[in-house]
Amino acid sequence: MAQKVAITGNEAVALAMKQINPDVVAAYPITPQTEIVQIFSTYVNNGLIDTEFVTVESEHSAMSATVGAASAGARAMTATSANGLALMWEIVYIAASNRLPIVMPVVNRALSGPINIHCDHSDAMGARDSGWIQLWSENTQEAYDNMIQAVRLAENPNVQLPVMVCMDGFIISHAMENAEVLPDEVVREFIGDYTPQKTLLDKENPVTAGPLAFTDSYFEFKRAQAEAMIQAKPYVLEVAREYAKVSGREYGLFETYKLEDAEVGIVVLGSTAGTAKNVVDKLRGQGFKAGLLKPRVFRPFPAEELATALGHLKALAVMDRADSFNAFSGPLFAEITAAMYDSGAQTKIVNYIYGLGGRDVGLGDIEKVYGHLARIAESGKVDQRLNYLGVRE
Amino acid sequence: MESLLEVRWHGRGGQGAKTAALLLAESASDAGKFIQAFPEYGPERMGAPVQAFTRIADEPITMHCHVTNPKIVVILDPSLIGGSVDVTAGVPEDGIYVINTGATPQEMRDKLGIKTGKVFTVDANQIAMDTIGRPIPNTPMLGALIKVTGMLELETLLEDTKNKLSKKFAGRPKIVEGNINAIKKAYQEVKGE
Repeated sequence: MAQKVAITGNEAVALAMKQINPDVVAAYPITPQTEIVQIFSTYVNNGLIDTEFVTVESEHSAMSATVGAASAGARAMTATSANGLALMWEIVYIAASNRLPIVMPVVNRALSGPINIHCDHSDAMGARDSGWIQLWSENTQEAYDNMIQAVRLAENPNVQLPVMVCMDGFIISHAMENAEVLPDEVVREFIGDYTPQKTLLDKENPVTAGPLAFTDSYFEFKRAQAEAMIQAKPYVLEVAREYAKVSGREYGLFETYKLEDAEVGIVVLGSTAGTAKNVVDKLRGQGFKAGLLKPRVFRPFPAEELATALGHLKALAVMDRADSFNAFSGPLFAEITAAMYDSGAQTKIVNYIYGLGGRDVGLGDIEKVYGHLARIAESGKVDQRLNYLGVRE
Repeated sequence: MESLLEVRWHGRGGQGAKTAALLLAESASDAGKFIQAFPEYGPERMGAPVQAFTRIADEPITMHCHVTNPKIVVILDPSLIGGSVDVTAGVPEDGIYVINTGATPQEMRDKLGIKTGKVFTVDANQIAMDTIGRPIPNTPMLGALIKVTGMLELETLLEDTKNKLSKKFAGRPKIVEGNINAIKKAYQEVKGE
């Protein structure tokens, strides 16, 4: 029987890791780590699971040890956040290019400087081109569910890619919310035993991992890696369908909220999507046709599906909790706009950078964005493409 | 969302504002409510002003913004009143204040500088000293809170606190028992105007 609990995001993810019972977890046990590995380490210490828990001397080493363990054929995980992910950088790319099915929760927090510990998406957005699949979570329930699905997805022989499970720092990681968790045996049966296709410890079938590949072969490796991401999308949906059977909760590439007949809409990731749903309800009550789309899968980027879901809108705001500092737009805006252009949609699109360093995004802030969209829908003109929400200027 | 009830906890680092916010949410969840509870994280240190929040509703809570207009304010340390944090900020006219102090509700109303709302007081520090042996006011304040708001049954809160603290203080049953008695005592002793 599934159990209804009141649980924080960190507790939910640590519980998922306990139920997954990975062979190896390597982590750097100090700030900027998260409560996730702290809680998880108590499970190991109390003998509830038999994971080999490796405390290393930095986040760079945490990812290195995880890559080593995964290369040896282990189901290996770590967890990270903000500057910790930044320090892993070099090895994050290697994990993906070596096609290692590592699952890593990322508690999204701002990168320094100035020093800040609060939520934004600059850490995971910075890693968007590293070759990892990215699943984003609105609340503790989704963080838990994404963790369990991530294992199946990463280890699917047709995918073989590492997966980041993103959740908003503090807003979700440290907030207690209602969630429904599965029994241990259901999770274990769902993820199954891991049988790696190739391992460094298989002396009957020796392989080389991480060799030199120069001008005559590097490009072919990268092309094959790109193809793996291109092919991953149907498996995201296949795992989601399987997960719905055991959990009763359905997931897709993204979630739409009152979008089908909407005239204006917002695209936003993570916890703010939940806040925005309240605003959509309020505006709908006033007869204003507002809608919402919350991406779940950012890598692979579901361009065609997004364009199909959004193409009927008169005006759209893409909200980014990270800035690209490219004098143009945030990362999500750039990709959504490219997808919409390709589809021939006539939707007018603006970008809102919001919530950097944990700046609160209230109901009134979101209402302002919809107000802006109403003006654009009426005039048919974009007055200002790049906007900053809730900042003093 | 009409059923939404929002509580803001004011305390100082070390007084257990976060624990109280989460305990209340957990108890409400066990009683079948939808909940959210979270602290405001800043440069915490012993004695610095801290805030925590609890949301309780009859339907799922999807908003993830700050609590800006709490109907209920719990003040764990009366010395915060008139200080750098405005404890009355955003509180509606029918707001409820529950304050840890030996003073009367009328005296605290004057200090708060408010004409509307309801003010309740309870000497949670003294109760905590008598029952737990340390001036940690968070659990007695929970007892006072549920008494004046009726938001939760006493038995539910006692049961949940026992479960939660038994895990946190495994092998130290006196602390758990002290907290239970503290809740009961504050439930009885809280005073209105």
